[in-house]
Amino acid sequence: MQIFVNGDSVELKEGATLIDLLEHLSLQDAKVAIERNQSIVPRSQHAQQGLADQDQIEIVHAIGGG
Amino acid sequence: MTATETPLIIAGKQYQSRLIVGSGKYQSFEQNLEALVASGAEMITVAIRRVNLGQNKGEPSLLEVISAQQYTILPNTAGCYNAADAVRTCRMARELLDGHKLVKLEVLGDQKTLYPNVTETLIAAQELVKDGFDVMVYTSDDPLIAKRLEEMGCVAVMPLGAPIGSGLGIRNPYNIRMILENAKVPIIVDAGVGTASDAAIAMELGCDGVLMNTAIAEAKNPILMASAMKKAVESGREAFRAGRMPRRLYASASSPIDGTFF
Repeated sequence: MQIFVNGDSVELKEGATLIDLLEHLSLQDAKVAIERNQSIVPRSQHAQQGLADQDQIEIVHAIGGG
Repeated sequence: MTATETPLIIAGKQYQSRLIVGSGKYQSFEQNLEALVASGAEMITVAIRRVNLGQNKGEPSLLEVISAQQYTILPNTAGCYNAADAVRTCRMARELLDGHKLVKLEVLGDQKTLYPNVTETLIAAQELVKDGFDVMVYTSDDPLIAKRLEEMGCVAVMPLGAPIGSGLGIRNPYNIRMILENAKVPIIVDAGVGTASDAAIAMELGCDGVLMNTAIAEAKNPILMASAMKKAVESGREAFRAGRMPRRLYASASSPIDGTFF
């Protein structure tokens, strides 16, 4: 299936969960916050959260700013 | 004027330092951290942005360098031009920081001035307060809007001294004074400070604190400027508490007239 992560297309196998995606992106240990289709997925639910074709995922972190 | 110092309390937490610093525009995390230490600040702003996928995977993140245990992290909504984006950003920040409720709300009007979009700011502030956030709000130096934001439940109101990153200083000290006269929450000048004297002026007016980023980060020596800002905020605060002498048009001799022998 095809999902979009921060606007970029990513191919994942059917049945993949959010934690599979994070591992695919080497972000499983990163301090990030995640939205799936504009709803926040709490960190505690990353392992259970299933993904579907055409999902829009946003992964953010803190950077320098004023 | 108050000779006895009252502590700065924001959302129930007491701060020794009245300087809040940003984390943007530094050459490295190390320089940022050194400037932070030199500034004596206990609160530092961060921006919330997309993770860069693919590149620099091993790169440390800002929160690994600046400890959320040691410093109060103040996530901002910089780059948001409407209330919906700002609220969404704050919710992402809360998730990122494990339920942390303190945010800096800024909703911008246009890219040239970075002036606040006050109508969208009011909408976002209402929504965020309702959602349980502690909102420190960047706004114009309009005393009526400042009061309105306080009444809505914002924990600090942060009028600009001059446009963000302009370094023009406190352009309208009389408006800042009017805001201060009516305020019951901390008033923190956010944006416009260019050098140490600007920070001192804000504090001499009676502001509860100053927030700055560019003035330190864009100085030729940011660490030295951070140290200068620490002193400026402290001396401005002491001068405010001491109560300045009145301004006079003409001279007033400091040495007595009586007892002259000529």
